[in-house]
Amino acid sequence: MATETDHSLGEAVAARIERRWATLSIVIVGLLVGMAAYIGIHQATMPQGRVETADPKTLHLSGEFIESNLGSEMEADGSVTVRAIGQQYSFTPQCVVVPAETPITFRATSADVVHGFLIEGTNVNTMLVPGYVTALPVRFKAPGDHVMPCQEFCGIGHQGMWGKVKVIDKAAFRDLAAAKRRLTCVD
Amino acid sequence: MLTNRRLIAAHFWLAFIVFGVALVLGAWQMFVRSPLNAWHFNPEFYYRSVTAHGSAMGYVFPTLIAMGFGYAITEASLEKALIGRRWAWAGFFLVAVGAVVAMIPVSLGLASVLYTFYPPMVGNPFYYIGVVMVVVGSWIWVTLMVTNFTIWKRENPGKPVPLAMYANVAGSLLWGWTAVGAALEILFQILPVALGLKSKIDAGLARVFFSWTLHAIVYFWLIPTYIAYYTIFPRAIGGRLFSDAMARISFILFVVVAMPIGVHHLFADPQVGAGFKFMHSVFTGLVALPTLLTVFTICASAEIASRLRGGRGAFGWIGALPWSNPIMLATALSLVMLGFGGAGGLINMSYQLDAAVHNTQWITGHFHLIFGGAIVIMYFAIAYDLWPHLTGRALDSFGLMRTQLWLWFIGMIVTTFPWHYVGILGMPRRMAFYDYANPAISPQAFSVAMSAIGGFILLLSGLLFLLVLIRGQFGVRGEAGAYRFAVPLHMPARIPVALNSFGLWLALMVGLTVVNYGFPIAQLMALKETSVPAVYVGAGR
Repeated sequence: MATETDHSLGEAVAARIERRWATLSIVIVGLLVGMAAYIGIHQATMPQGRVETADPKTLHLSGEFIESNLGSEMEADGSVTVRAIGQQYSFTPQCVVVPAETPITFRATSADVVHGFLIEGTNVNTMLVPGYVTALPVRFKAPGDHVMPCQEFCGIGHQGMWGKVKVIDKAAFRDLAAAKRRLTCVD
Repeated sequence: MLTNRRLIAAHFWLAFIVFGVALVLGAWQMFVRSPLNAWHFNPEFYYRSVTAHGSAMGYVFPTLIAMGFGYAITEASLEKALIGRRWAWAGFFLVAVGAVVAMIPVSLGLASVLYTFYPPMVGNPFYYIGVVMVVVGSWIWVTLMVTNFTIWKRENPGKPVPLAMYANVAGSLLWGWTAVGAALEILFQILPVALGLKSKIDAGLARVFFSWTLHAIVYFWLIPTYIAYYTIFPRAIGGRLFSDAMARISFILFVVVAMPIGVHHLFADPQVGAGFKFMHSVFTGLVALPTLLTVFTICASAEIASRLRGGRGAFGWIGALPWSNPIMLATALSLVMLGFGGAGGLINMSYQLDAAVHNTQWITGHFHLIFGGAIVIMYFAIAYDLWPHLTGRALDSFGLMRTQLWLWFIGMIVTTFPWHYVGILGMPRRMAFYDYANPAISPQAFSVAMSAIGGFILLLSGLLFLLVLIRGQFGVRGEAGAYRFAVPLHMPARIPVALNSFGLWLALMVGLTVVNYGFPIAQLMALKETSVPAVYVGAGR
């Protein structure tokens, strides 16, 4: 009889410990998801809201990604828009010039296969999928040079697809922008 | 008792031969892209090798392990011969022939598209046909597992299905549904283009279909490992399983929430909107739940074993565990790697943190640590445990087994920790070489060299593993007896229907997939002008 009671007592203890741990696990997961949601809403680091398209067959003929429109543009409100395309195995422009301490929007797409880019030393990291437009808000803290590799396998020349980003002083950028409509640092 | 030993052994042997070949390729890749390699080479060889390594390690090796282990579990836990032996052999040959059909164009350089396919790049059709054959072969296994499960339940009304079989069927159902995403991508998008019937493809839609498979496939790889944790480990160390019900709940959670989370691979993609990325992020958080439950149950089971052996104290019991037992060692090392890899996974699941590491070497480090580390080390343990039952001979090179397991663990840490680190520095993945002379890249050189050394340690461990198995084929003859699974501490007298069947959980699995994937897929299919010209790869194009 005694062993029977011990057994059911042990079972109750086991079940209780297990329930406590399950509750704790749910709390941990809830906390992590809550943190991600909070940061997403309050610090505006959210993914692009809507899906935009661009036909890679006519990119070079019309629309915002024609060659003369690529590069950095100063908007009327003081923000900057950078337009770029990726293709096997380079970016256009290959060197992007942007001001520090300024809200910047990258608008980019691919002319052939799937590419991507990240800017080393920053959290800027996105994909370029042919047929679709990537729009990404970014802000650079300080002037400096960064490398910008393609981070998605795009064919046998993938390892050679490295662009550059030159972050310059805000005032210097304004002077350059006054002289030229679309800026790049490709010389 | 295992009846179809040859069938099971054939699966394991083919799996480990494929693993050995892919391991050599992996070590070569680690070397050529590191600063240790001073010579120039054709970068195309690198991508060819990555395609072969990924396809073999991702599609062929774990699938064969799940299939072979699944047949062993069916016979040992249901205590009867497998129903559908001929079909099982047909599945095996489909996988084997499919692997060869896929690897011929890859090794000729006609399909260097990596195992993730990456349309609009399109390679030789036989690569995709081979992969489809592997998947169809595995679907035969799925059908057989469900058939054996259903017939046993009909023959044993009211009896709980043994835990190992329940978990095994959970894994097979998960895989059956998971593989549908990539199957749709290959059959309706890629193959028509590869065969020249169409010339355009929607790359964005293809990536969404692939993400459907890409994440849940990881849980398909993981399930044999979790089955080993729950049903082999406690028995091998002379203990009891802490809880049978909790184990079932963990496997059910995998079936339900492993599927609707794949879009977290597309956080940085432009073709899926923010709302569904958030949904998938939340579900990715939920999938940590079964792992947290498992870690608790397995540690509690270890404690029971230790106390039965006379272990004392709040932490003193850890020392009293049978550390010289290879299964004990493998499970402990696996849990350590699962801990690090799982923590990395929680980082990847949030959109904000993922932005810092997306498509960098961090990701490569992450999945090698989880899959190559935590999961594969338990595949070794499963083989060690099962081998005497398959060969009818003793497997007693325990010292060699321990050395092999330690080397695998050390190799995996030395490989993946520097990988994670250079990922944080921003090193992109999947490049044939890097210009280490560039001042922006040179700080990464030392870490890359270190991880290449880790690759060689892994290669050595893999060779030792094959050596142990080969020695096992020539060991002393001796009947190993019936193959048994761990017994729970408190065997429930009866078990709720929900924990003994899959109807409800399958409905949830499919329902949640439709909810979380239905809209993004419908939206992309409705969008006009998003199909782009295919870019054919390979020599002579």
